[in-house]
Amino acid sequence: MSALNEKVSASSADLLTVSGLDVEYPMKGFRRKPFRALTDINIHIKPGETLGLVGESGSGKTTLGRAILGLAPISKGTVVFEGNDITSADRKQRRSLGRDLQVVFQDPYTSLNPSLEIGDILSEPLTVQGQSPAAARKRVKELLDQVGLPSDAVSRLPREFSGGQRQRVAIARALALSPKLIVCDEPVSALDLSTQAVVLDLFLQIQRDTGVSYLFVSHDLDVVRHISHRVAVMYNGEIVEQGTSHQITRDPQHPYTQRLLLASPVPDPDRQAKRRNDRHELLAAQQLEAASGIPA
Amino acid sequence: MSEIEVLADQSDIGQKGTVVRSHVIKKILRNPMGFIAVVVLVFMVLLAIFANLLAPFDANFANIGKTLASPDATNILGTDSVGRDVWSRLVFGARTTLLSALLCAAVAVGIGLPAGLIAGYYAGKFDGVAAWVVNILMALPGIIVLLTVRAAFGPSVWISMIAFGVLLSPGYFRLTRTAVQSVRNELYVDAARVAGLSDWAIISRHIFSVVRAPIIIQTAIVCGVAISIQSGLEFLGLGDPSVATWGVMLSEGFKNVYLNPSLLLWPALAIGATIGALVLLGNAVRDALEDAEKIKPAKRGSVQASNGRTAPGRAQTTAVEAGTEHHLVKVSNLGVGYPQADGSIKKVVDNVSFHVDRGEVLGIVGESGSGKSQTAFSILGLLPENARIVAGSIQFDGNYTVAPTDDRVSQSRLSAFRGKRISYIPQEPMSNLDPAFTIGYQLVTPMMRVLKISKSEATERALALLDDVGIRFPEKTFDAYPHEVSGGMAQRVLIAGAISCEPDLIIADEPTTALDVTVQADVLDLIRDLQKRLNVGVILVTHNFGVVADLCDRVAVMQDGRMVEEGNVRDILRNPKDPYTQKLLGSMLEGKEPMTMLVSAGVTAAEAAARDDESDEKETLQ
Repeated sequence: MSALNEKVSASSADLLTVSGLDVEYPMKGFRRKPFRALTDINIHIKPGETLGLVGESGSGKTTLGRAILGLAPISKGTVVFEGNDITSADRKQRRSLGRDLQVVFQDPYTSLNPSLEIGDILSEPLTVQGQSPAAARKRVKELLDQVGLPSDAVSRLPREFSGGQRQRVAIARALALSPKLIVCDEPVSALDLSTQAVVLDLFLQIQRDTGVSYLFVSHDLDVVRHISHRVAVMYNGEIVEQGTSHQITRDPQHPYTQRLLLASPVPDPDRQAKRRNDRHELLAAQQLEAASGIPA
Repeated sequence: MSEIEVLADQSDIGQKGTVVRSHVIKKILRNPMGFIAVVVLVFMVLLAIFANLLAPFDANFANIGKTLASPDATNILGTDSVGRDVWSRLVFGARTTLLSALLCAAVAVGIGLPAGLIAGYYAGKFDGVAAWVVNILMALPGIIVLLTVRAAFGPSVWISMIAFGVLLSPGYFRLTRTAVQSVRNELYVDAARVAGLSDWAIISRHIFSVVRAPIIIQTAIVCGVAISIQSGLEFLGLGDPSVATWGVMLSEGFKNVYLNPSLLLWPALAIGATIGALVLLGNAVRDALEDAEKIKPAKRGSVQASNGRTAPGRAQTTAVEAGTEHHLVKVSNLGVGYPQADGSIKKVVDNVSFHVDRGEVLGIVGESGSGKSQTAFSILGLLPENARIVAGSIQFDGNYTVAPTDDRVSQSRLSAFRGKRISYIPQEPMSNLDPAFTIGYQLVTPMMRVLKISKSEATERALALLDDVGIRFPEKTFDAYPHEVSGGMAQRVLIAGAISCEPDLIIADEPTTALDVTVQADVLDLIRDLQKRLNVGVILVTHNFGVVADLCDRVAVMQDGRMVEEGNVRDILRNPKDPYTQKLLGSMLEGKEPMTMLVSAGVTAAEAAARDDESDEKETLQ
């Protein structure tokens, strides 16, 4: 399968390079074998680039994002960010890293502390980095403006906002320190269709304005294709295929990617009927292949 | 709720923390029990603080010439067996008793809270060791420990209260640890970690706020317990007789109960009132913190009066409109509402009409809060108890299930259909199977009841059904518990359940939303096959136009409880007339040029977002 993978070069032009990454969660119980969530992950992201990460639930795509952020136990391999090895960065290194590496989570309902006001939530990363309260207040105002929230949001609580608005608060928090890379963990999955469109536009606009890179995790290939320069496909804790967005969505090589591409229904009955047939033919062909012993 | 009310409400909520807290205090004082408790406690505390001014004598000043005296001008509550002033001892006793109770609580909080925070947040070894210590402390018999401490350190009330505080600390430890564990993995804590906050900052800023309220409540109770235990020990004569406390007074009063019963009365009264007040205060704090906005259900009469509808049952089942009997389901001008506290009705579904024929699939599309599920549930008769049908009617196979004059769904009329002729496929397959029973049991039982067939017949049928919905090993799945199968498999089981009693109509509420895309495609295939084969009518509630295109013959688009458009699936998807449908279809990503703006071409995304807020505000109200 490695032949299909894009050649991973540790070029210095990359903002983030992940090589040979394994993540294992220790299991409860004496001498139980740890649970391996990720195996031999190799990805890289250039400045101003979006890498889309797509896969089904349990494929490990969220874990990869968390491992880069230092929230998952890395058992092997390295994470290099801006030329620095951050595989086992301690809290102090993380604090300085927090300036350049940020996160937007899936669930806008639990990613904001319900008892803190929006102003406090947004100024938290600023004051941690040693900014004065006055400077932080000014920056918070800019941020709210940038994500299209009213400035009186400062003194309101998260529960007073809708899902889409909360996700914009979470995006503003990630933007607060003008980071170079934002890990976006299913940031639009909990949103309605029209809200999703608005938030995706916001992500694109911010990238155009600030040149930020995204690692964009999603289960929805349509979303990933729309926002990514390159796409990596995960299956059972491994990256089975990666390449440019065009390559992956037009000419997928791995059987899982092929299935994934034809599985999402299109909003037209006749084209959908055709896609359905294509899918059935593909499944039959893949089954035949599997039965004849050719490794898929 | 009107827009203005909401804004006023929000400005109130958005106040600073201190204001919110005074709000809690106000709530406690408005509660009569809380008010009494606060008055009693304030009185006791004032006694303790101003003891030097209030007491005419020292607590241990004894006038041997005037023992067991009745109340008079000098000794307003009389004197005890050695001629000490009861009032003075009561006042000084308040000081000692309350302070020692506070000491006990402080020790318990001081040990339990930090230990609980650390154990809950870091888990690991400290948690393991702490859990052992806690288990041992909880296994120790408290009274025996206190007696031992007295024997070792002498009869000091302070030392015994410190020991008791240590014994009570596991309560705080467990309380704190559980609360911390519940928020430790919240995403906002992760976000704080990514921002580089120190552990101490995360605990004090994000985690401590969760345990604050339960700690306050527990402390009120613990103070009461400390007082009662302390008094109990002293009543047994284990206290320090040289220090005036209520317990010591109680003990002495008991010795002279036949000579002067009032000696027993005063300390007992003080102890009882204080403990009672502490318990009541704890309850009042809890009520104040947990108090959610309570909306009294409007009286049925007022609702009926406002819309002129009658209760179900009394209304005669009139014949349905001629010429519509052939429709499997016909919903006409349906309105569903929820009575509000002020007697008004908040409508969530308004003037919705559609019909479904046999062998036809109708899609109801809309975003969250559009009323699509409420519409489906009113056909199923599964609306919440307080919901009211405020307009319109629903007929199923030529009979009204909601007659034009009903204000609720008639359960008696519907139960003849539900499960037999109308079935339901839910959104979350896992939460719709009972984890305590095998899948087979959950399939067989309804069939035995509804179809009145024997168990063996039902089992045979269930196995055939499981095979029918594409489950490869029906026997294995039949014996499995829900947690042993995957989400897609569970949805297949539920679909098998839905078709088990040969229904005429299946209502599927977002049947594939919780599933992976590849599994979704399989489940859609299954629903399509079964629908064709069994020629049933299907109402498919979804937010996904792709799913609509895949399955539906006709589609109805809903927004804010209204139906904005209805028609043939090709007409709606290809030539949407309504701007809302156009907006929804415009938000689809399929066929769009990647990396381009979807809604905000020409304007900044921020402006588009701000514009979108208008509809977002409505979403917040749902």
